[in-house]
Order: sequence, then C-alpha cells, then structure tokens
Amino acid sequence: MSRTQVIARVGRNWVILFLFLLCVIFSFTGRGFLSLKTLNNILLTSSPALLLAAGETFVIITGGIDLSVGFVRGLISVISAIVIRDLYALGYSPYFAIFCGIVVGVLLGFLPGLVNGILVARFRVPPFIATLGMYGIANGLALRYSKGFPITFLPDEVGEIGNGFFFYLLPGRLFTVFEKPLGLTEAEARNLVGIVPYATVIAFALLFVFGFVLSKTQFGQHIYAIGGNIDAARRAGIPVEKHLIRVYVISSLFAAFSGVLSTLIFSIGTHTQFAASLELFAIAAVVIGGASLMGGKGNILGTALGVFVLSVLEVGFLMSGILPFYRYIAVGAILVFAVVIDQLFPEIVYD
Amino acid sequence: MEGERRPLLEVRNIVKRFGGLVAVNRVSMEVYPGEVVGLLGDNGAGKSTLIKVISGVYRPDEGQIFFEGREVRITSPMDAIRLGIETIYQDLALAENLNVYSNIFLGREKLKKLFNLIPVLDHEYMMQESKKVLDRLGIEIPSLRNKIKTLSGGQRQSVAISRSIYWNAKLLIMDEPTAALGVTEQRKVLNLVKTLSAQGVAIIIISHQLYDVFQVAHRLVVLRRGEKVGERLTHETNPDEIVSLIVGAELVEGGQRG
Repeated sequence: MSRTQVIARVGRNWVILFLFLLCVIFSFTGRGFLSLKTLNNILLTSSPALLLAAGETFVIITGGIDLSVGFVRGLISVISAIVIRDLYALGYSPYFAIFCGIVVGVLLGFLPGLVNGILVARFRVPPFIATLGMYGIANGLALRYSKGFPITFLPDEVGEIGNGFFFYLLPGRLFTVFEKPLGLTEAEARNLVGIVPYATVIAFALLFVFGFVLSKTQFGQHIYAIGGNIDAARRAGIPVEKHLIRVYVISSLFAAFSGVLSTLIFSIGTHTQFAASLELFAIAAVVIGGASLMGGKGNILGTALGVFVLSVLEVGFLMSGILPFYRYIAVGAILVFAVVIDQLFPEIVYD
Repeated sequence: MEGERRPLLEVRNIVKRFGGLVAVNRVSMEVYPGEVVGLLGDNGAGKSTLIKVISGVYRPDEGQIFFEGREVRITSPMDAIRLGIETIYQDLALAENLNVYSNIFLGREKLKKLFNLIPVLDHEYMMQESKKVLDRLGIEIPSLRNKIKTLSGGQRQSVAISRSIYWNAKLLIMDEPTAALGVTEQRKVLNLVKTLSAQGVAIIIISHQLYDVFQVAHRLVVLRRGEKVGERLTHETNPDEIVSLIVGAELVEGGQRG
C-alpha cells in the first residue's frame, strides 16, 4: 500500500481510534469505568439506540432522512406495553401477554414506514417533510394512548427478559447460565455481574442480518445505487419507487424493534426516553459512522461504532462527574468533526 | 460505401411535433453495421429530438423505424435497450459511489448462492467479466475496484461505453461524448469509437466539435430547423461545406435547401 492509501485508510477509520481513545481517557477519569459492569451497562442501554440507528442508516444511504424514528419508537413502546399490561390484567399468562405485545408492536411498525415511503417515492414529498409529518403524528398518538404518562404495572417477567443475561458471575463464588442465582444476600446481589445481556444479543443479531443484506445482496447494492445516482438507478431498470418504500419500512420496523426492546429493558412503555431527541442521536451516530446525508455512503458497522461513541461518552461523562449537558456539546462537536474529517481524507484508490 | 448491405437502423419520414413546433420534419436516415454516422446541426436543429425518438424517450408523430430489417415500435427506453440500441447521454448515468464493475453490472448484478441458499453478489465474476470487456476495447483503468468518483472524465466515458457493449449494444448513440474532456482524453474516446466500429458496432455520434466528427465518422448527416439539409460521405466533403450546411449559407452546390 502506498503512503496515501495508508493515510486514507486511517483517516476513514478514525472512529475506531477515537472510540479506543475515549475508553482510555475515561478509564483514568471515571472510577470503575474499566469494568465488566460498565461494559454491560453500555451494551444494554445502547441496544435500543443501535436498532434505531441501524434503520436510519438504510434511509440515509438512499439520500433521505427519517425524522420519525424517535417517536415511532415511543409509540410502539407505549402500544406494546399497553397490550402486555391489559392482557396480563385480563388473566393471561405473562409470557403470552409479552409475546402478543412484541408481535403487535412489530406488526404496527410496518405502517409508519409504508406511509413515509409512499409519500417520498410516489408523491415526491421531500423525506424531511414526509417524516416530520410522521414525527408529529406518532408523537400525538403516543401521548393520546399513554395520556402523557408512562405505561406501568407490567408483569415482572418483562424485566426478567429485558434485563436478563446469558451468564451470571459472583466473583470467586459462583457462575450460572441463564438463571439468575437465588437466595443471595444484599451485598452479594450488589456484586453479582451479569454477562452478555439478552437485549444486546437480540440487537446484534438483527444488526448482523440487516448488515449482511446491505453489504452483500443485490437489494443492498441497489440502495447504494439509488443514493449515488437515482436517475442512473432508474435507467438501469431498478424499481426505484418500490425500493425506496421498502427502505422506509425497514427504518420504521427498526424503530419498532427498538420500541419493543426498550419496553422490555425498562419495564415501562414511554413515548420519549427521558425526553431525549432520539432521532437526532440516531442520525448523529450514522454520520459519525461514516455516512453522508448526500447519500450513497455508510454501513451498519460504522453506525454501530457511532452509537458506541455516543454511549461511551454518556456513561464516561457520568462516571467522571461531568455535568450531563456537556454531553450534548460534545456530541454536537463530534458530529461536525466527523463530517470535516470525512471531507479531508481522500477516497481509497486501488492501483 | 456499404450500400449493398442491409442497414442496421433505418428511420423513414420521422415527424415529431411539440404543440405547434415541428422539432423534426420528415427526416430519414440509415445506419449500417460498423458504421459511424455524425449527426450535426446547430442548437435547436432537432438532433437531440431525433435521437430521443430512436432511443425511445419520445414517440414519433409520424414515420417508421426499421431495425435489422424489421419494422419496430419503440415506445420506451427499455424497448430500445432490448433491441440493442444503447444511448450514452452526457451525464453518463453512472453511480459515482460504486466501483467500475458494479456500474457495468448496475441493475443486472450477477448473483451466486451462499451456502446454496442465500443469493449474494458475485463480485469475482463481475470483476472478471468487466475486465474482459475493457480489455477487448483496449481501455486502461488502474483497478476495477475504484469508485467512479476517483476516475477522470474520459475513463468514466469509457466505463459507460463498456457497459453498453457488455450488454450487447448493436447501435450506440453518443451525445457529445467529448464535450467535457481534455485533449488526451478526447483522443482516447475517439480511438475507442474507432475500435467499436471495427468490431461491428454501429454508432451515431452527436457533436459540435467538427474536428472530432471528421476524425471518426464515415458519413455525416446535417439537420437544420428540424429538416435534413444534407448527407455526405466524410471523405468526399470538408468542414467548410458542412459548416455552411449547418448555418444555412448557400454557397455550396448540391446543398439541399431545407
């Protein structure tokens, strides 16, 4: 490899270096940052964000944007929680109730994407406007069904699934698989470490499948083609309209996965997660991961790294005793930094 | 020069109107296999309209089109492509974010089965096939894995041409192929046109650059205000005569006034 190629490669993969650097810095500044517990914490809390950002990646590669994902996620979280709560209250088994909540949530997830996609592809509504409309509608519906309050009184099994781990470790004492050990003292319970959260495994599995679709299949290739030159794609005989609709459906389906998963993890249905603008964090993660809002670029691995940069930052700031608003400033700065870096480094050229 | 052979494409008395404007008025022309025809005329002469009729973008109001001796109706660009008529517009229709072989196979990707089950892109096959067609046309591009955005204008032009040839174009229509290129690149594209012609591909080339057209074309067709005002074999005419046909100055004997 020539020198320019090396520079291009390093420059295009700066996120990995940056993520590593953040972890090193926080290991010094944050007490207990470098621990299995923190790792699990980061993995668990970032799982819903991973899903949200993965769906957004598809849309951004086509050159579009989906602003509705944050509130679609909230709406689905609320509805799945209501289904679980009401079926459980009617006397059904908690697992049946949870199953129905998941199915209803995922199926409803098709709808907003279908509407967004048809508006963008058939009616030529700019993606920003079409999905901003859905943003408002999903927000309003979520408030309407939750009456502005989180949906609570879900069966305990919800938390067991959402917060479950594959392995439990009590350092020096015991190690169990799947089952959370019972009969521990309070001190022991505090020291108990869960390893590999279920939620993360589910998120990773979905990311893997859709990452494969994006990078290896004809379906994925056509998404890049549409983002690169929509007229060329059309003239090459790619059914551009249908393809765009599918992409918006994937995005809102991921928002639905994210909503269902957050209901399971937090055991409540909330239409906004701590009032954060989740769609903006998802878009930020996608851009930090190397995508361009002009379309034609981006991938799932990059997006996942982008999400981890944001969540390491959040947890790291918290554990280092830095006030949380600085996080917003840091995210804003990194977002712009990411785009500047992208402009500075050349495309990789093969000889 | 090839009068005894059957024309690949023949258009007869094509008329195309836009409202009251007659953009193309009873134009007839033929193109023979392996022949390069220069289509010339000032802005608004009807060149582009005629080309769009042949490539299926517009439907003619009157007239007939024959391809390989059969009368055909070309109602969409896909119809034209299916017949083997490929048009390369100035924008080239390449996805700049994809690499060379992905563009050659755009929309017609070759797939293979992963674990005998999941269809995935067959990069190796597409790369080898693309290499073959580029070699055949004598096109040099450092690596087919390079994205189009890293290529020069001439290289992009070559990729667009290779794509049509790979998919068996019999007639290639090129709209201003050298307009945006540097001198060296222009020469390469013109050489490519000659190579294609030698391999039996017929070419209609639209260009304002008379010098280029004279280098490669066997025959020249001149349009003015929608009508055909002259047709010459390149070796029997000269740029002065053609210019006077284009602008309508009547100083040359034999110029049919349109």
